[in-house]
Amino acid sequence: MKAPVSWIREYVDLPDGVTTEDLAARLTALGLKLEAIEKPGDQITGPLVVGRVLTMQPEPQKNGKTINWCTVDVGDANGTGEPQGIVCGAHNFAPGDHVVVILPGGILPGNFEISARKTYGHLSAGMICSARELGLGEDHDGIIVLPEGAGAPGDSAFAVLGLDDEVIEFEINPDRAYALSLRGVAREAALAYDAPYRDPADRPVPEPNADGHPVQIDDPAGCPVFVARTVRGFDPAATSPDWMVRRLTQAGMRPISLAVDVTNYVMLEIGRPIHGYDADKIAGPIRVRRAADGERLTTLDGVDRPLSTEDLVVTDDSGIIGLGGVMGGETTEMSSTTTSVLVEAAHWDATSMFRTGKRHKLTSEAGKRNERGVDPVVTQAAADRVVELLTTYGGGTADAGVTVVGTPPVATAIAMPDDLPARVSGIDISRETARQHLLAVGCELADDGYLPPPWRPDLTDPYDLVEEVVRVVGYDQVPSVLPREAAGRGLTREQRLRRRVGRLLAGAGCVEVISFPFIGDAALDALGLPADDVLRSTVKLANPLSSEDPSYTTTLLPGLLKAAARNLGRGATGVSLFETGTVAFPVDRGPAPIYGVDWRPSDDELAKLFEALPEQPLHLAVVLAGERERAGWWGAGREAGWSDAIGIVRRLGTELGVDVEVVSASRAPWHPGRCARVLVDGTELGHAGELHPKVCQEFGLPPRSAAVELDLDLLMRRARDVTPGPEFSTYPLAKEDVALVVDVAVTTAAVEAALREGAGELLESIRLFDLFTGDQVGDGRKSLAFALRFRAPDRTLTEEETTAARDAAVALAAERTGAVQRS
Amino acid sequence: MSGPNTDYDPVEVTPLKPEEVEASRDAALAAIAAATDLAELKQVRIDHTGDRSPLALANREIGALPPQARKEAGQRIGQARGAVNQALGRRQAVLEAEHEERMLVEETVDVTLPTDRIPTGARHPLTTGAELIADIFVAMGWEVAEGPVIEAEWLNFDALNLGPDHPARTMQDTFWTEPPENHLVLRTHTSPVQARTMLSRTPPIYVVCPGRVFRTDEYDATHSPVFHQVEGLAIDEGITMANLKGTLDHFAAAMFGEGISTRFRPSYFPFTEPSAEVDLVCFVCRGAGVLDGATCRTCRGEGWIEWGGCGVVNPRVLTACGIDSERYTGFAFGMGIDRTLMFRHGIEDLRELFEGDIRFTTAFGTEL
Ligand SMILES: [Zn+2]
Repeated sequence: MKAPVSWIREYVDLPDGVTTEDLAARLTALGLKLEAIEKPGDQITGPLVVGRVLTMQPEPQKNGKTINWCTVDVGDANGTGEPQGIVCGAHNFAPGDHVVVILPGGILPGNFEISARKTYGHLSAGMICSARELGLGEDHDGIIVLPEGAGAPGDSAFAVLGLDDEVIEFEINPDRAYALSLRGVAREAALAYDAPYRDPADRPVPEPNADGHPVQIDDPAGCPVFVARTVRGFDPAATSPDWMVRRLTQAGMRPISLAVDVTNYVMLEIGRPIHGYDADKIAGPIRVRRAADGERLTTLDGVDRPLSTEDLVVTDDSGIIGLGGVMGGETTEMSSTTTSVLVEAAHWDATSMFRTGKRHKLTSEAGKRNERGVDPVVTQAAADRVVELLTTYGGGTADAGVTVVGTPPVATAIAMPDDLPARVSGIDISRETARQHLLAVGCELADDGYLPPPWRPDLTDPYDLVEEVVRVVGYDQVPSVLPREAAGRGLTREQRLRRRVGRLLAGAGCVEVISFPFIGDAALDALGLPADDVLRSTVKLANPLSSEDPSYTTTLLPGLLKAAARNLGRGATGVSLFETGTVAFPVDRGPAPIYGVDWRPSDDELAKLFEALPEQPLHLAVVLAGERERAGWWGAGREAGWSDAIGIVRRLGTELGVDVEVVSASRAPWHPGRCARVLVDGTELGHAGELHPKVCQEFGLPPRSAAVELDLDLLMRRARDVTPGPEFSTYPLAKEDVALVVDVAVTTAAVEAALREGAGELLESIRLFDLFTGDQVGDGRKSLAFALRFRAPDRTLTEEETTAARDAAVALAAERTGAVQRS
Repeated sequence: MSGPNTDYDPVEVTPLKPEEVEASRDAALAAIAAATDLAELKQVRIDHTGDRSPLALANREIGALPPQARKEAGQRIGQARGAVNQALGRRQAVLEAEHEERMLVEETVDVTLPTDRIPTGARHPLTTGAELIADIFVAMGWEVAEGPVIEAEWLNFDALNLGPDHPARTMQDTFWTEPPENHLVLRTHTSPVQARTMLSRTPPIYVVCPGRVFRTDEYDATHSPVFHQVEGLAIDEGITMANLKGTLDHFAAAMFGEGISTRFRPSYFPFTEPSAEVDLVCFVCRGAGVLDGATCRTCRGEGWIEWGGCGVVNPRVLTACGIDSERYTGFAFGMGIDRTLMFRHGIEDLRELFEGDIRFTTAFGTEL
């Protein structure tokens, strides 16, 4: 909402010396937030005056241009009263026109100093200004030609151009629709300074009678009041007065024609949207009703719209002529030949306006006000003001007939406990102070509480009144007091574990990434997922931002893979990334119910609501691409590979005290021979390993790039809570190394498990320390060398005991895995 | 070895002559002194104290002496060997010290060589930022509450006093899941977590809810369809706007430094009544609007930074969530974590947070 300060001052007597900044600050403190102050004349220093062109002599120049050598009457502004000689390059004026002249000594925006100078063979003493030169717009087609009567030669042009009038732009919150008018802004200014206020809607209006245009309201809930006035013999060629054009422009509206400008002007002035019909195009009585199924209307913007049975329409004998309160129809639109205007000032149900506007995707200045709630009482005043302005500036006469149908809705009183403002705000606010402030914002005292003013449909609850009281007292009066100390239990287990997982990964050289959780077929295809893959079953968005990624993601990998490629593309030689984030899997358990809000839904109802939500586990993903260890003076670098990915999983398991089991698996997007399925107690957590070469290629990553994706919720759920104190022996250690040859298909884990079991209780640890294949072990065979460490809790082991345990281990490995000990 | 020396004349046994013993001892001492490294000293030790050394050989001759002469000769040899061994020990210590010193010098490395074999990792500033905020509130005894990102429409809107026709439902352009009749949305704020908390717990409630939220905004330098919020909720007996102000002032000081406080401006949120916008004293110019004679870039000369929204929880919300609004009052606040980080760290383009460029994220590696 842009409010010219001069217009505000028309309705409120501000104290002397109030600056625009001060006014804006006070209104901001009341809830009309300052967006910007426009100071059109800020960058101009005088003398900027009105001039009358006396003579103009076109003089063609060698460069092909034609200049005009003008003499201009600038009154006494030049100190001599003699005509001022000025060279002007524009041609859109004629002798006799009033123009804007800046005289030598003046400064235009851009710090452009004006002086008398020799040009084109003349001494040009000043400049005739265009709108752009004055910073009033981009119009550079010519100089400004002032309208008739816009000042005499020598008058300051600041006032004429509105350059001295500052405009405050406010951001108006949706609950303060009344402030979308000068009437409302000025009322707040009066409140801010406790200054006298004149309500522009407070005007005598003619008595309603039966002679006006007949109107019938079939839906009084949707349209409680409809006022119709008619002006006839109006001059369609009449133009809007200059002051009106200026104010509309200042308020950010485009002047169009007198009839349109007047309705807009009154909307800005009083806040009541008005619709004007070409009265000669209306056939028969006006009716207001809801549209019927299948009805259509072509609105003013030329769009043919199918209507809903919820839409409020205005009809005449010809059918529908307007979408009530939202937009008029084409058939009754005012045109350049309109001489009779039917003025509609109707009050519309805000909810209907909101729904119709949303349904038809129509936003307009009128709609914005109607859907937020307009003062229902000022319909007559607004219509009368329109009639006054139309007849004043367009000629014609108002019909004696005045149609007023319906009655404005009446607000109900709100009971507010006397201590509520103090109890809510923490400021010591007495009953008297509260009452005084509520009366100041327009409330009236009723038997059962406060009656809110008609322009405040937002005031319905005691707490609404509290806000009014506190904002008048001043939000800056709210003291700063910490609440009592709460007895919190600290972070939850999951919250602490998540931090730990993040720190572990960062410590392992991984950089955290946050990507958008949207996915589409392209990314799923690039992962090489089969058609029936569970990851392809997504929660789809009804209104995705991009049709490429229309679903909530089921996997974090594409985001990470793209980020990895981006980093490598930007010159990184290697990149290790991780992300923890929610993924979603659809459930088919019906819609989430919508409950009322007047009481808490039952536990069963809530359970039903929670059940309807998709599964949303927290996932953890890691992508390792390119150099994992850098090359350097210490030797060669090392590319990331499958073992790095699985290593990270194992480290996570160790860190969280979870025994993770790794088994070989085949799952897209991983390399089928280099993919590990990660399990805990038989439950799948996810996968890790090297990516399929095609996937690396699809995402532009080096071959052998590796990845992990786990269900972090599952992992954290199994994290050890309380670690039992470890018991360990201090007796001497006995070491035994064994080298076993097995088929290549036998996993290390299987051999290790057999050794562990066979070795029995004396085994303290076991670790694979060497692996090789080749001629020495034979085709299709591999050699695994394990270091076994034995220790007893209560004694030094004898060589015989150690050897026996080792032999038992090897024997079981032989039995289980066919392992043969290398001699 | 000489034959039995029956007539007692030690001088008859040449190696045991005092001058011979002295000469052997002196030769040994001279060799010890002349040894320049441990290897040489080792050879000297062999030569002069080994089985074949003159003193060892002389010692063997003692048996050839008559018994009454053996004592004296033994003493003589013993003294000489003692002197040699002592000198050897001293020389050994000296040479070892010299050797060690030399070795350390030889092992000198260029300690300025790079050591970045494993690249550095980092957590995302949005994560650490959210944790910092959580920690500030946890220190006040609050708890951190979380909830799903795909949320029931009723919890995201209705329960928070945003009815089906509330203008705010279009203000926050919402992502709906398919089909929209399922009444599921990508949460537009973290407020549904507050609703869930109120529905599942009884006051006193003191929770902060950090999390990811969604709006159908175009993606540019200051807008993102995916962003992060932290909201706070306190429900207790006797809670007032003053407690809200106190909490936010404390939060501001903890996050931006002592002396940084907040101010309230009237605003509108369906969830709260009265509602306020929260501005933060600019922590760069400390409210002056100017810094070193120039307009402060952080607050654009205003001295204040818009931080978020807040207010007293609307009693309608308490009612919908089953809390006795006669007995309890509450306050709520919310701010963007992304935006907070942007002005805290002078990040010009919001998109940097979501690009995944490791250079951006590792720069925050020192953040707690
Ligand atoms: Zn600043």
